[in-house]
Amino acid sequence: MRAVRLWSVRHSHGLMKLYDVFEGLIMAVEPVVRRVGYDRLEKPVSVVENGLKSAMFDCQMCGQCALSSTGMSCPMNCPKNLRNGPCGGVREDGHCEVKPDMPCVWVKAWEGSKDMVNGNIFDVQRPVDHRMKGTSSWLRLMRQKKEGTYPRPATTARADAGKGAS
Amino acid sequence: MMTDEPMDDAATGPLNEGPAFPDMMNPGPVDPGAPLAPLPGHTSRGRLERILRAGEFAVTAELSPPDSADPMDVFDRASIFNGWVDAVNATDGSGANCHMSSVGVCSLLTRVGYVPVMQISCRDRNRIAIQGDVLGAAAMGVANILCLTGDGVQCGDHPEAKPVFDLDCMATLEIVSKMRDKCELDSGRKLDKAPELFLGAAANPFAPPYDFRPIRLAKKIAAGAQFVQTQYCYDIPMLEAYMSRVRDMGLHEKCFIMIGVGPLASARAAKWIRGNVPGVHIPDDVIKRLEGAEKQKTEGKKLCVDLIQQIREIEGVSGIHLMAYRQEESVAEIIAESGVLKGRAPHAVNPVIPEYMQQRFKVQA
Repeated sequence: MRAVRLWSVRHSHGLMKLYDVFEGLIMAVEPVVRRVGYDRLEKPVSVVENGLKSAMFDCQMCGQCALSSTGMSCPMNCPKNLRNGPCGGVREDGHCEVKPDMPCVWVKAWEGSKDMVNGNIFDVQRPVDHRMKGTSSWLRLMRQKKEGTYPRPATTARADAGKGAS
Repeated sequence: MMTDEPMDDAATGPLNEGPAFPDMMNPGPVDPGAPLAPLPGHTSRGRLERILRAGEFAVTAELSPPDSADPMDVFDRASIFNGWVDAVNATDGSGANCHMSSVGVCSLLTRVGYVPVMQISCRDRNRIAIQGDVLGAAAMGVANILCLTGDGVQCGDHPEAKPVFDLDCMATLEIVSKMRDKCELDSGRKLDKAPELFLGAAANPFAPPYDFRPIRLAKKIAAGAQFVQTQYCYDIPMLEAYMSRVRDMGLHEKCFIMIGVGPLASARAAKWIRGNVPGVHIPDDVIKRLEGAEKQKTEGKKLCVDLIQQIREIEGVSGIHLMAYRQEESVAEIIAESGVLKGRAPHAVNPVIPEYMQQRFKVQA
């Protein structure tokens, strides 16, 4: 559902706010999740997450969600799975080199990120860990925030680091 | 230190007292592929980094690898650029078409002393293969590596192939610089010897989203790019706008920026490229200029010379990258005509090619 995906990008500002609320919410229920067991909840949570995010973002369930760094435009919909910005093949009309009828995921990401307050589009994203495909990134986020191991995938460098220095 | 003295003693003496094959141990007074002495602040021991760090206006050219297993096809293609360019890019399945691998081309080039830039595209190999190729190439004397995402498979001769894209160019840059600087693989496993490399990336200032392009360059620099080579430039105002943003962000001080140029064979060719090669922007007035010319091919070269002369005046530009696909023979002429070398003569080699390689391989019918 490309139309819904593009709607989500247009409303990246609101969605980011909603997400911040959501993140607070899931962190509040973390102790419950822990008691029930992460492993036991993996399946039902990933089914819900998949249903919701597929509808809104055409989510591919890579398991390491980067939407906050990509203006709410899921980078896994890029035919080259680029997670750090557009390739050099974007057409003059802003459409994809591989799928000419689709607007470039990163052209949209850039538009979406302009409206986001806490966007991280400057972060250099680590490559995808293919073992996480199909798993819930919500549970992972919850666990890592609690255990202090977030962010994973680690953002090792920022493009605007050192800006204004020297 | 190598000496001119032949190792007679070792060759004729008792077996246990010298190398069994003295010629292998001592290839002669001059080894054309030998790395240069390390310099402080340099990460490679190659010539391209030296030229750029010395503040010279560098010139590189693109070699299109042959559809052949004959090494002479590589040497012939390289010899056209000999003495005219500071480094030769060996493309990696460019346009998603299958050709001899860039690792293979570079290994041949380094053994006779040419300076290759090995291109790595993320389209065909995963992180295991890419890191292995980096080690192999460095062992073969490759000092420059350019990390690319790569064209989609749909535009090449094997559209039915599986596109890999396990890494993107940014991740490749990060992983290769980690191999060099931390002496370890992405897995964290230690290397016995780190590759000594000068790392590059590609940039395309001429594709949307235009205002994101300088940020993308900044990300590549953060990920480890020390030089970039851009897509073909046919639009000077657009390049100037990009470079002005790049200078505002101070990126030209962190990275050597080389602008891609190339001669257009005709107005028809230009239109075809514009319509079929992803990411190449050719303005209408360029096509009009070619259409209006009596000899379009000559005009195409003239246009290329004009562009080079305008590009070298732009602040923050460190060199040009010539991509003269199927017009490689015109590279020397274009460089000479443009005067970019300012009388400087890039390193020339006297390729000593083993005799067996010079026997052209023939397919038996």
